[in-house]
Amino acid sequence: MTDGLANGIVIGSLVLAAWALLTTALDRPVGRTHLVGLGLIELALVVQVVVAVVKMASGERAEEMATFIGYLIASLLVLPVGAALALIERSRWGSAIVALASLVIPVVIVRMRQVWGG
Amino acid sequence: MGDGRQSGGKVAEGRAINAGPGRVLIAVYAIFALSATARAGVQIATKFSDAPVAYLLSALAAVIYVLATVGLARGGRAGRRIAVVCCTVELVGVLTVGTVSVLVRSVFPDDTVWSYYGRGYGFVPLVLPVLGLYWLWRTARPAVA
Repeated sequence: MTDGLANGIVIGSLVLAAWALLTTALDRPVGRTHLVGLGLIELALVVQVVVAVVKMASGERAEEMATFIGYLIASLLVLPVGAALALIERSRWGSAIVALASLVIPVVIVRMRQVWGG
Repeated sequence: MGDGRQSGGKVAEGRAINAGPGRVLIAVYAIFALSATARAGVQIATKFSDAPVAYLLSALAAVIYVLATVGLARGGRAGRRIAVVCCTVELVGVLTVGTVSVLVRSVFPDDTVWSYYGRGYGFVPLVLPVLGLYWLWRTARPAVA
């Protein structure tokens, strides 16, 4: 795993989650800032998947391969699904969904590191 | 249906369960449905003989989470009924499996979603069915019974 990129994703996700929680508290629905944040993190997650695939193609192996691949796929699904759900819900609860989806990402990253390195 | 207590937009079947905070609940259930299904799939596919009871329970939990997600997302009377049953089974499951895992460790050599009251998942599996049932109760029509 690339530590710098993973750390960046974790920090970015936490910042977005904090922002989304704030807008939930302020009774505001999902706006452009949320979507830009989600887009940037998703982009970084795609880069991470590419890096992981390149590493695996060049012979490196995760300790629990099946689980690792599962997390790789899940890491790309969480934010788009969360964004779609958040856009349907045009209320503060849409913001809450963005916060929730953003908080899942650090968990996924931590678990990915565990199953990669053992 | 003669309920003078409620006003505007509330129909006889109670408020919609799949809007507002209900959508956040759907999101949480969807995350658990995905992670429990994936986890049970990997466990059963790669090492089923290690801990068959634990892995079958993981699979059962996964099915419950998927059904709860579908019920909550669908809404209506059928959706509500599915969600109530699933949340109840979940609560009973997490309390039973949690208690058994604390008392008799050897029953579950490997963890399930519900072991130790869902400790491995930040106790969310314990809180989630309570939140779910509370939400379903709050959105239900004032009970006549």
